[in-house]
Amino acid sequence: MNDRAWVATRKGLIELRRRGSAWKIERTSFLGEPVSMLLPPVGGSGRMLAALALGHFGVKVHASDDGGATWAEVATPAYPAQPADAAGPPWKLVQIWSMTEAHGTLWAGTLPGGLFRSTDGGRSWELVEALWNRAERLEWFGGGYDVPGIHSLCPHPQREGDLLVGISCGGAWGTRDGGRSWSLQAQGMVAAYMPPEQAGNPNTQDPHLIVRCPAAPDVLWCQHHNGIWRSTDGAASWQEVTGAPLSNFGFAVAVHPADADTAWFVPGVADQCRVPVNGALAVNRTRDGGRSFETLREGLPQRDCYELVYRHGLAVAGDGRSLLMGSTTGGLWASADGGDAWSTVSLHLPPIFAVRFG
Amino acid sequence: MAAGVRRRIIAAVPVVEFTPQLRRFTETPRVECGATTLRDALEAAFDVNPRLRGYVLDDQGHLRANVVVFIDGRRSTDRTGLADALSASSRVHVMQALSGG
Repeated sequence: MNDRAWVATRKGLIELRRRGSAWKIERTSFLGEPVSMLLPPVGGSGRMLAALALGHFGVKVHASDDGGATWAEVATPAYPAQPADAAGPPWKLVQIWSMTEAHGTLWAGTLPGGLFRSTDGGRSWELVEALWNRAERLEWFGGGYDVPGIHSLCPHPQREGDLLVGISCGGAWGTRDGGRSWSLQAQGMVAAYMPPEQAGNPNTQDPHLIVRCPAAPDVLWCQHHNGIWRSTDGAASWQEVTGAPLSNFGFAVAVHPADADTAWFVPGVADQCRVPVNGALAVNRTRDGGRSFETLREGLPQRDCYELVYRHGLAVAGDGRSLLMGSTTGGLWASADGGDAWSTVSLHLPPIFAVRFG
Repeated sequence: MAAGVRRRIIAAVPVVEFTPQLRRFTETPRVECGATTLRDALEAAFDVNPRLRGYVLDDQGHLRANVVVFIDGRRSTDRTGLADALSASSRVHVMQALSGG
């Protein structure tokens, strides 16, 4: 759906509708409560989920079967009892950082790094133990949080059971059998923040976000802590894409649903300075697989701008032309032409955690 | 005592109450129970509303980091085992800590 979108914010879940050429706020659910992630209505009219991150009372998952008009709490993923000798972070759910649906299965990626699945619409969840029990998990570490987390879920649109997950900081892991077995799939990424002998270790990589092109699922794009990477073989290998203007640092990435060579990025100065270059918000777009980029600025603030677009703050609709971009300081912009021009939806929203069409 | 008047003796039992801040999420019963430990008292409340458990305890059954329990006006000390002792007249208040959120 190209004319409805959702914004998960620090103060609730906002539904947007496009009326003519303008996006309007239709409704706010969970007013005042932090919503860390949402899953839009499955198939456009099915169940949708919202993950609340209650500061005092923990993560709670709510479901709606009427497009967000009404909600009811469903089961929340819960880690099993932690063995006394279990190393690593506490087995306690910190946050739901990603959600997706594929082939009738719901998936939830979490901090501290567990992946959960549900086959009954969220009434129950089970930890994917084959990934949780990997010995490599104990080498993962937090990227922006005290514990590692799964921020990217990339199911294959045709192959049921085929799923790639992105982890900060734990690289990328893939399964072809619905989660029963896993393999590292971050070969080629480079972690400059690691000692030289570890820089190429796939298990220590910090992909900020990974997205898969629905029409060409062997192509994935990654905005990494150290730059931009792309895979054309289903994540078996990754190649760095250099030459992005302004900066190769950022958090978000979006790929055109029908054109794997077109992707968008939102550059920041650097890891140690997470603001737009020269105080001017811009979007980098490639249309040729990363061989060249255009920097898009029309309609975006070009002076004294400190907006940061975090991992899930950039989204593209199924039409490949409609984009929404939301910042951690509550700015929200929309484009109807693939990013050539942007308009301000609001500058007064709460901090934005995620933007999704659907 | 006047003839015909019967005096009913009510044994004191611990009482558990929850912060009103929880009411917007789920039912928060006021529970009178014969518990002798904090954990048993909380379990009595969870028997009334099972969903309440996840708001007070985390995945490992520990008090959530930003939840505080007062027993007779004093903060509980055993945040993982919840073995704090209760007297027959104890008043237990489950509150949100003034942090996080």
